[in-house]
Amino acid sequence: MPEALLTLSGLDAHYGDFQALYGLDMSIGEGEVIAIIGANGAGKTTLMRSISGLLKNRADGVSYRGQAIGALRADQVAELGIALVPEGRQLFPSLSVEENLMIGGKVGRPGHWSLQTVYELFPILEERRHQASTSLSGGQQQMVAIGRALMANPDLILFDEISLGLAPVIIRQIYEALPGIVGQGMTAMIVEQDIAQALKVSSRVYCLQEGRISLEGATGDVTHDQITAAYFGMDA
Amino acid sequence: MIEWTGVIVQGVLLGGLYALFAAGLSLIFGVMRLVNIAHGDLIILAAYMGLTTTVMLGVHPFLALLIVMPVMAGLGYVLQRGILNQTLGDDILPPLLVTFGLSVIIQNALLETYTADPRKLDGGGIEVASIDMGGLAIGVLPLMTFLIAVAVIAGLQFIFYRTALGRGFRAVSDNQDIAQLMGLNKAHVFGLAMALALAVVAIAGILLGMRTSFDPAIGGGRLIFGFEAVIIGGLGNLWGTLAGGVILGVAQTIGAKIDPGFQILAGHIAFLIVLAVRPNGLLPRVEH
Repeated sequence: MPEALLTLSGLDAHYGDFQALYGLDMSIGEGEVIAIIGANGAGKTTLMRSISGLLKNRADGVSYRGQAIGALRADQVAELGIALVPEGRQLFPSLSVEENLMIGGKVGRPGHWSLQTVYELFPILEERRHQASTSLSGGQQQMVAIGRALMANPDLILFDEISLGLAPVIIRQIYEALPGIVGQGMTAMIVEQDIAQALKVSSRVYCLQEGRISLEGATGDVTHDQITAAYFGMDA
Repeated sequence: MIEWTGVIVQGVLLGGLYALFAAGLSLIFGVMRLVNIAHGDLIILAAYMGLTTTVMLGVHPFLALLIVMPVMAGLGYVLQRGILNQTLGDDILPPLLVTFGLSVIIQNALLETYTADPRKLDGGGIEVASIDMGGLAIGVLPLMTFLIAVAVIAGLQFIFYRTALGRGFRAVSDNQDIAQLMGLNKAHVFGLAMALALAVVAIAGILLGMRTSFDPAIGGGRLIFGFEAVIIGGLGNLWGTLAGGVILGVAQTIGAKIDPGFQILAGHIAFLIVLAVRPNGLLPRVEH
């Protein structure tokens, strides 16, 4: 495995009294594409929120390039080069398409991604650049959400439920764009309910179940039965 | 007829001052959903700062703005980062209580420092100067106040919709968590919003101090006028705030024309009518 970019060690997460993650250990190498799968409520979104700083943790629960970042605020994590494409897009409704993208570039990290390169990746967004972001279709909104995260020129990009609620043809378009994104040397974590899609683009997979890792392995090595067992909590 | 035209014009110009009272309120409510009960007292604080500056340095109140504006803006940033940010959350009660406490503290500090005697800023004759417009005598200070209000609203509008700072304000207003993911530190953004609001408060305070006498206790009334202008215009819409100020000002001057004791009540009645007919205000917030 390449040198670790992100390491989780014994990561717990809580919402008040409710514990959502139990001692997760995970390691993501530079340039890897990791799929995180699991049923609803398994803790996938909580994991994304923990890494991106929206949920505070023990400082050494999350390490990035050897630095303990678990207790940092989300804006500090963003400046280190971690970007999140949140579940449900969550665009800023009072900002136009282009303003949504520009605010993604606020952290000002240098790199390949700019308004121009995002428009090359998703040409429809350039046509709609002055429209209110909420006037776009779900698929186009997802493109804005992805573009907004890319504008930060992150080293690690987290996709939370990238295909949720989108038409199959749109999902295909977005997955076709993925190699162009990670091809820029980016490391990616993809949270997906569409297991087949996730496995196609990733090199390793982690399955979460009730806040714990129930399966981990190279995508080519894990079998359908193993995934089913890990996903639903049944014996293989 | 010309008499009534004069009354309406005076009301419109008075509305400029009310719009300045309201703009800061509208701005911070729009960005961080904070209702600042101490807003009126901060306006009076700015007027007293203007008084001290003009007396100590012997300058015109407009020149005093060069000192009062940055001081108030700095105070706003520190106040927001030091105290008000800690009160923001899902519960709307803590910011109300804390700003109410702040209002009491400011009033009493002003009372201790300046006594309860009414004071006034010396505008060097500008307060009584007027220009003749087709038989109508228009006060120079009210006219300047209105023009400054229009310029301030236009400036705020520009900042909100044409600058990176304004994008940050709108993004944080839309979704604090996601804005934080974009590298915006909401505590800092809120501090900047309060700094901007109090810079406007400084302008409002100086213009108020030149127009009329003030004492430490009159902040509450200015807060009410500001609130009414914001609600009449529509929350979060800056041009609406100007329209709200104008409607309130015209209602008050018409009321005063009918009976001098009726001035303030007429404004409140106009406010209640708008609230009953259009609860969201005349120009509700535009999303984009």
